[in-house]
Amino acid sequence: MAKPTTITSSAPVLESKRPEGKDAGPQQFSGPAAWLDERVGLAKIAKGGLRKVFPDHWSFLLGEIALYSFIILLMSGVFLTIWFKPSMMELEYNGSYQLMKGLPMSEAFASTLALSFDVRGGLLVRQVHHWAAILFIAALTAHMLRVFFTGAFRKPRELNWLIGVGLMSLSLIAGFSGYSLPDDLLSGTGLRFVDGLIRSIPLIGTWAEFFVFAGEFPGDALIARLYMVHILLIPGILLALIGAHMTMVVYHKHTQFPGPGRTEKNVVGYPLFPVYMAKAGGFFFIVFGVLILMGALMQINPVWMYGPYNPAQVTAGSQPDWYMGWVEGAIRIIPNWEWHLFGTTWSWNIFLPGVGLMGLLFTGLGLYPFIEAWVTGDKAEHHLLDRPRNAPTRTALGVAGMTCYAMFWLAGGNDILSTQFHVSLNAVTYFMRVAVFVAPVIAFIVTKRICLSLQRADRERILHGSESGIIDRSPAGGYSEDHVPVSHDEAWTLTQHEQYEPLEASDGVDVNGIPQAERGISKLRARASRWFFSDDIPVPSRDEIEEAHAHDHHELDHEVEDAKALGH
Amino acid sequence: MRFLSSHRRRRAAKPLMLAFALLLMGTLYAVVAPAPQVAADTGTSAQVAAGKGLFAVSCSSCHGLNGEGTSQGPSLVGVGAAAVDFQVTTGRMPMAAPGAQAPRKHNTMTREETDALAAWVATLGPGPAIPQKSQYAPGDQDAATIARGGELFRTNCSACHNFEGGGGALPEGKYAPTLKGVEPIHIYEAMRTGPQQMPVFSPGAIPDADVASIITYLESLHAQPGPGFNLGGLGPVSEGLFGWIVGIGGLCLFATWIASRGARAR
Repeated sequence: MAKPTTITSSAPVLESKRPEGKDAGPQQFSGPAAWLDERVGLAKIAKGGLRKVFPDHWSFLLGEIALYSFIILLMSGVFLTIWFKPSMMELEYNGSYQLMKGLPMSEAFASTLALSFDVRGGLLVRQVHHWAAILFIAALTAHMLRVFFTGAFRKPRELNWLIGVGLMSLSLIAGFSGYSLPDDLLSGTGLRFVDGLIRSIPLIGTWAEFFVFAGEFPGDALIARLYMVHILLIPGILLALIGAHMTMVVYHKHTQFPGPGRTEKNVVGYPLFPVYMAKAGGFFFIVFGVLILMGALMQINPVWMYGPYNPAQVTAGSQPDWYMGWVEGAIRIIPNWEWHLFGTTWSWNIFLPGVGLMGLLFTGLGLYPFIEAWVTGDKAEHHLLDRPRNAPTRTALGVAGMTCYAMFWLAGGNDILSTQFHVSLNAVTYFMRVAVFVAPVIAFIVTKRICLSLQRADRERILHGSESGIIDRSPAGGYSEDHVPVSHDEAWTLTQHEQYEPLEASDGVDVNGIPQAERGISKLRARASRWFFSDDIPVPSRDEIEEAHAHDHHELDHEVEDAKALGH
Repeated sequence: MRFLSSHRRRRAAKPLMLAFALLLMGTLYAVVAPAPQVAADTGTSAQVAAGKGLFAVSCSSCHGLNGEGTSQGPSLVGVGAAAVDFQVTTGRMPMAAPGAQAPRKHNTMTREETDALAAWVATLGPGPAIPQKSQYAPGDQDAATIARGGELFRTNCSACHNFEGGGGALPEGKYAPTLKGVEPIHIYEAMRTGPQQMPVFSPGAIPDADVASIITYLESLHAQPGPGFNLGGLGPVSEGLFGWIVGIGGLCLFATWIASRGARAR
């Protein structure tokens, strides 16, 4: 008889344990530790904090990359502020870079050149700072995708997701303001782009432009203003939000992937001290090292090649840094829609892809946890992560969103695609106009099918076990391979996820016309719920598993009998 | 002198003086007058004839037998010898196949053949001649002049050729080619003749001295060492690509390594 798959009641769980008995008092310390403990209660902080358990998974370190990049941004940024002069005052360059000798330029650009050529290590730190910015937003994006695809944004972490969305939008502003500071040709072109974006806002556009630029573009105040935004305002808010973000991680405890011994009520992993202290600390130095290597070996933003900003100039291949590339792409591919009403111009060709699309992305990201909760009707707390295949519709939505973003992103480099792959610029543009709508749909369907297939494969593995690798030849000449049941640990992992039923439409009134405690479910919500869940492959029930195993044994017995019969 | 004064009243004196004056004037004219190109005439005619022959074989199917142009290729009347030198020496002409734009490729014509073609095309109408070295590379330019060349480059050229002359895309499969590794004479000729999509920058708009400073700026820019790998000089697109692949990709490998190490690594 096959043993029914059971859930192990005991598993090696490393939980944060507090010493029993009397409170660990100051007598445990001596020297400076005792001094601190008597004043700030070090023992109490350390007792809870040092034994805090974090689970181990490589994808949980994506957020750490972002955090460490941010710390490196702060450190390298402080170095840069010592020499950078945020002034648009025009001067004649007489520094050491001969190919700019005698050119009129802003003091900001001249100080950037000085920083690059005359300050010891200045160019390295400038490049490290820029690479760290690229990496910061990339890591933040990757971290957000990890949280999305594993469902870590669900109750009780919706607020932390919102803080994350806020962090993301602010870091775009931080990155863009930094990109604009050197006042080189590329950054000035980027500012011209933003100028157009602001102007395209209906009714208030020109007023807003005059407010931001203190007059006509480019004016003489912008660099100083951006400097304030870049080194004080945004980093300050970012720091505060990062503090809140991490405090909430500690408060909620970290999520973990499902597995034997891991429940909604525990965290399996290593304590902060000493294991995570070493791992996280070590990872900081790895991130730092990788960034120094990138800064030392890979050129980024060669401002001396772009030259000083001059509104009469523009260069081919003017693109923003990658995180604004999708907005650039949207503006590059949109048809030229413009209204001319009563002597005013309504630039939908700039406003829709620029302001509209950014608003759409961040609103959509912010609302998603609440939309999903509304669709699923799921009010439970979740500390175990979803395997992406077990939430096929969410995973497919995420991949569709990524695909749409990627298409806009590619469109932002349409000229580079055209020159590097020798295709027509127009062809790339026309293709992208269609692809931004069609590719996400294809991605959705393909991803959902892959997820459902993986679910089927899991079900198959539970019911029929894994292949034993032993090929039997029966006396009748047939070949067969036995399957062995999967381990209890694996079976638990494959079957632990909850099977959701789509919500049924109801008007909140029972058959006798008595209003029920729960509010009614609209038809729209029921339909959305069906769309979200109805394709899921059912998790095998205990009966099904037992039945399947019994069947396997039955077959085995038959074979033995057949063999005996033939032998006689 | 007595001979002259005693015979000046002779009847033959007047005609003789006239003949002498004519002879003097004729001699003076022969000395002072610009030399007619009689001596070179025979050689050039042979060169032009050779060029015409080459043209008929290599170029006429698109440009017409007399360079008048067809639906496949433009008229060459008035493009000048410089245009021929640029197109043929860089391998753009003769084209291997019709396309949006003739790409730079290996040049299969010899110097003599190119000169012959240029000489023949130059006879079709006046146009820019093949420049002298002093026009595009006069030497002795100070730093400020070269820097001014950079400013002129960014104002007039970078919109298509990119900030460091790396090239850029134009509509309908056309493109501005890279200027890295392009001979100074070809940059000069391209500016003066405006090949393919490029506009003509005439001496009235940008004098020779400024063209030379642009060329020297580009040469200096491409000769200077960069801080590390320049990622193709394509700007933020390749920077973002490398940031994701090297930065996030590399650190994910490290993260996997860190997460798999521990007291109870599975």
